[in-house]
Amino acid sequence: MRAAVVVFPGSNCDRDLAVAFKAAGADVQMVWHKDSDLPDGIDIVGIPGGFSYGDYLRCGAIAANSPICRSVAAHAKRGGYVMGICNGFQVLTETGLLPGALLRNAGLKYICKTVGLKVETSQSDYTNGYNAGDVIDIPIAHHDGNYFADAETIARLQGEDRVAFTYTDNPNGAQADIAGILSENRRVLGMMPHPERAADAGHGGTDGQALFRALAGALASA
Amino acid sequence: MKARVHVMLKNGVLDPQGEAVRHALGAMGFDGVNGVRQGKVIELDLADGATEADVTAMCEKLLANTVIESYSVEMA
Repeated sequence: MRAAVVVFPGSNCDRDLAVAFKAAGADVQMVWHKDSDLPDGIDIVGIPGGFSYGDYLRCGAIAANSPICRSVAAHAKRGGYVMGICNGFQVLTETGLLPGALLRNAGLKYICKTVGLKVETSQSDYTNGYNAGDVIDIPIAHHDGNYFADAETIARLQGEDRVAFTYTDNPNGAQADIAGILSENRRVLGMMPHPERAADAGHGGTDGQALFRALAGALASA
Repeated sequence: MKARVHVMLKNGVLDPQGEAVRHALGAMGFDGVNGVRQGKVIELDLADGATEADVTAMCEKLLANTVIESYSVEMA
C-alpha cells in the first residue's frame, strides 16, 4: 500500500496518520498543500485532522480549493482511495467528493473524548476488518462535527449502505447519528472520529487498527 | 467598486450559535426575541468592471457552501 498524507498549514494529525499507515505496512509520503501533483503510484490519500488554514471562512473550505486538492479529486475520480478524518472529512464534503456538510456541534462545545461507534457496514475496504454491528471505541476531537445533509441524501446514504459508522450516543447532533460515510464507489471514506488515535497500545485503545489493516490487505493485492 | 455578500444558514438548518444568542438575550431580560439567526457579511473590494455574475461565481465556488448556506449579493 502506497499512501500519501496531505499536510496543510494547521494540520495536526498528519504525523499520527502517517504512523498508523506505516504500522499497517504502508509506504508513506507526506505531500504539501502547495504541491499540484500527487506522487506517482499512490493507492490512498489521507487527509488528516487539524485546522487547515485556521478553519477560516468554513472548516475545510480553503483547503478544498488548494492546489493539491485538485489532484486528490482527480485521484478519487480515477477510482483511487481517499480517507478524510475529522478536518479531512470537512475537506471532503467541501470538495463535493462526499455529500453533506459538517456544522457546529449542537452543544456549541469542542468535544474531546473517546466515544462508542457502531460499525454500520463491513462492505468496504475500510470496514471489512469489523463485523457490521460491532461497537468500537474511537476518540473524537472536534467543534464542527455535526453531520448535516437533506433528508433525501440521508435516505440515499442509508439505502445504499454508505453509512460506515454511527455514534452509539450522539455527541454533536449529527443527523441519523452519522459519524462516517462512504462514497458511491465505497473508496472515499470521511469520518469525524480518529481511528489513527486508537491504533497503538500506547494510545490506550487499538480499535482503530483493524481499519488500517483492512485497507493494507485490500491495497496490497491491488 | 465594492460588493457585499451576506451568507446565512438556510432555513431548516439548525443554527446552534443563533440559538445560544437568543438564550443569552432572554437571560439578560430582552423579552420577545423569538428567533436569532447568525450569518456572515463579506465585503469585497473589486477592480472596475466586475459584475454581479462574477461575485455570484465566487459565492458558488468558495464564499458560501450551498449545501447549508444561502447568500445574497449587493453591488455598491
